[in-house]
Amino acid sequence: MTALLDVSDLVVDFPTASDGVFHAVDSVSFTVNAGERVGIVGESGSGKSLTSQALMRLVPSPGTVSSGTVLFDGAEVMGFSAKKLQKWRGSQTAMVFQDPMSSLNPLMRIGRQITESLQEHLGLSKAESRVRAIELLQRVGIPDAESRLSDFPGAFSGGMRQRVCIAIATACSPRLLIADEPTTALDVTVQAQVLDLLDHMATELNTGVILISHDLGVISSFCDRILVMYAGRIVEEGTAEQIVGDPQHPYTRALLASILKLSEPIPRRLKSISGAPPLAGRRASGCSFAPRCALAVDACLTIDPALVDTVNGRPGQKVACGVAAPAAFEFAEGATAA
Amino acid sequence: MSSVLLEVDDLEVTFRRSAGPGRKAASVPAVRGVSFQLEAGTTLGIAGESGSGKSTIARTLMGINKPSGGSMRLNGSDVGALRGRELAEYRQTMQMIFQDPYDSLDPRMKVSETLLEAIKLRKNKPASPLGEVYQLLERVGLSKSFASRRPRELSGGQRQRVSIARALCVDPRLILCDEAVSALDVSVRAQVLNLLKDLQEDLGLAYLFISHDLSTLRFMADYVGIMYLGKIVELGTRDEIFERPQHPYTRALLSAVPEPVVVDRTVRLPRVRLTGEPPSSTNPPTGCSFHPRCPLAQEVCRTTAPARRVTSSGQLAACHFAEPELVVAEA
Repeated sequence: MTALLDVSDLVVDFPTASDGVFHAVDSVSFTVNAGERVGIVGESGSGKSLTSQALMRLVPSPGTVSSGTVLFDGAEVMGFSAKKLQKWRGSQTAMVFQDPMSSLNPLMRIGRQITESLQEHLGLSKAESRVRAIELLQRVGIPDAESRLSDFPGAFSGGMRQRVCIAIATACSPRLLIADEPTTALDVTVQAQVLDLLDHMATELNTGVILISHDLGVISSFCDRILVMYAGRIVEEGTAEQIVGDPQHPYTRALLASILKLSEPIPRRLKSISGAPPLAGRRASGCSFAPRCALAVDACLTIDPALVDTVNGRPGQKVACGVAAPAAFEFAEGATAA
Repeated sequence: MSSVLLEVDDLEVTFRRSAGPGRKAASVPAVRGVSFQLEAGTTLGIAGESGSGKSTIARTLMGINKPSGGSMRLNGSDVGALRGRELAEYRQTMQMIFQDPYDSLDPRMKVSETLLEAIKLRKNKPASPLGEVYQLLERVGLSKSFASRRPRELSGGQRQRVSIARALCVDPRLILCDEAVSALDVSVRAQVLNLLKDLQEDLGLAYLFISHDLSTLRFMADYVGIMYLGKIVELGTRDEIFERPQHPYTRALLSAVPEPVVVDRTVRLPRVRLTGEPPSSTNPPTGCSFHPRCPLAQEVCRTTAPARRVTSSGQLAACHFAEPELVVAEA
């Protein structure tokens, strides 16, 4: 079975002040199947949002996708013409962002914003698209859908606006939905509603979903599979159960340990990770987590570990750490020379 | 008996909203009859969703907003009646740390200048102000070399440490932390929370810790107040609130927090899902403000605002039906 989305060796470069380049996303590979929910979790600057922007070919200037392939249903997205790209973005994929206010046009009535893409991409008539828009708003749980079509975004609350964004995103029954911190600006009770809604929509339409968040709680409660990113790299991947229940990378472990959980006894002190993530453009050789890692050995400072199968025998779980899985050093690029 | 440091009684804060495109001028009751006490050396956590009025309480205590009713007493003296030197002293007893350390530090000033400016305000001037700067930096876990840096050369966590050091300059007894760690990445957040706990232990500080993040509050607070639409709907010790929540809003809030723990998805506990969103504070619902979203609401909830009362498990709750028996019946 071909995956819906197959990203391989994706690299996004930004120029540095000293005329060099900095890999903000570095050799990222993953797949998303139809109906699958894949989560990308990481701290600020880890490259999680850039990864999703890159595969939509939306990397902000001066960044560039310098290498890698993105196959959608077997077709190379990087090779799409401008026209094909626009059609693909509008009809096959959709994005939901953190701030619904900035992704809606404040001067355009909600109804028009929904019917626009229905007419453009599905070729519906004005009357047909209006009927469909009402259905869509009802489906995302907006009361009085018909009368609300003529409202401007400003008349909606934060949670309702995000529902409108989801209605627009799912209007053309996309096969891939990218949600970048969709609930971060929302209150926790509203966040629960929006996640339920996304879950419901993905199931109903068999949409592949990429959920991007800094919140491992949100990611693990929603996703089937999780990619953990650090400094532009995937450092660990696995099912939600594997990542949360049996993490192998020291970063994933430390991250989980530094999160307070209501379901566990209150610690006297919180475990924390010393230091801070590397600043953009200032990455040393070797594993980029090594300077903060309690388990780092000499090799970590020189060898950049490859993403390999974990040693705990769990199928599908992979880790980029030579201490947790010695093969990560063996298969590292240039390891034989070292 | 420990001593009461801060006593807030029936505090009311009302904002006037001017007319704008498509809306009339209105008065917005942001804080409605809030009462609590804070003992020296302890932490009171305030939780609530956006617009619940939790930040307004802190801002009113700092004198940024004016109360429209009620009283605030610090060490027994009425804050509203303070003038001149007494007011200046009051302001030093209480300091505030904001959410965004990028906004709350002057970008043109070196860390040492920022701290020296605050140290100058102290009544007992230290013999060596610069030595005091180094000591403060050490207290918040930063080396001397940070004294000559400017905010843009610092990471988010380091900036927040500088904000904490600045708050400590005037030897406060109480620090208001308004979402003080919310903008920080998880791994850095843990460091700052540990630091705040250490400082409390070493210096006997009291915190009014405001956060939308319940798991952070559970770690930090001795007492917790849950706010909804300008009112504290439940107030109790940490264990009362987190182990035996009585108000249906508190229970819904707690069950809505997604956690990174292994759960068997097939037997996932039924969660209390609230429908709708917090209503506008311009026009709060009649009776109990929570009734339009409450799974337990009855006729009385629509007509009569519930008084805050002691429930049989110990804490205060403002709900007609908050009783342990109902929790059992519902399960």
